[in-house]
Amino acid sequence: MDMFMEYFWAFIIGGILCAIGQVLIDLTKLTPARILTSYVVAGVILGAIGVYEPLIELAGGGATVPLTGFGNLLAKGVREAVDENGLLGAFMGGFTSAAVGVSAAIFFSLIAALIFKPGTKVNNNA
Amino acid sequence: MNISNQEYGELAKRVSPPSAMAKTIPMAFVIGGTICVIGEALLNLYGALGLDRDNAAALTSLSLIFLSILLTGLKLYDRIAQVAGAGTLVPITGFANSVCSPALDFKTEGYVLGLGAKMFVIAGPVIVYGVSASVIYGIIYYCIKLFSA
Repeated sequence: MDMFMEYFWAFIIGGILCAIGQVLIDLTKLTPARILTSYVVAGVILGAIGVYEPLIELAGGGATVPLTGFGNLLAKGVREAVDENGLLGAFMGGFTSAAVGVSAAIFFSLIAALIFKPGTKVNNNA
Repeated sequence: MNISNQEYGELAKRVSPPSAMAKTIPMAFVIGGTICVIGEALLNLYGALGLDRDNAAALTSLSLIFLSILLTGLKLYDRIAQVAGAGTLVPITGFANSVCSPALDFKTEGYVLGLGAKMFVIAGPVIVYGVSASVIYGIIYYCIKLFSA
């Protein structure tokens, strides 16, 4: 039962975070690039004021997979780096905690772009 | 109620959401929720394999990014995105797609200024504002620690 609730909350919270993004797209004409940027910055703020960790406790992947989770990771990294290295840590923690996600996205994209052929553009992300 | 047709039209437009939204929002919810459930399943899998919480989360992100980029290369991700909207944009898979998609599309303009530079058309601003926000938070956090100690 615990297992079920875990997946239930992951689905609900993850779904709500995506639905909010869709409402913003439909109502405000915010471009996807601005949505992604806003989500990461919102995640940093929510992580900084301490409300994002409880959400992760509840929803697990439902809170870490959306880009707000990436923002929270930046905040967490900075907090730990400042604890360890003082003010210098403010300039270390963000990249340290974002390293895996950014490196993976860059490296796999390079490989994919070398292997696959450019297709017809159906992408509306820009 | 005694209102003109024109007033009624304006009223109706204000209270009823565009019919498209009745479809786009549930689709974003269901598909976004499903991607998060896949993430949760991977988290549990890597946890069961003995990774600690932070490493399991990092490997989950890496796996989702890999899958997203594979599907982008196969032209499947954008097809899902057409029905999912923000459901495929908001998860980390959407970030990976935003890196891979322009890299692929601009490959024809060269490997340095095409593929290499255009990769960051969307990821660039995300990193600029995300990292800057984290630096500001770090400075504030440092000051709070300093004065409360």
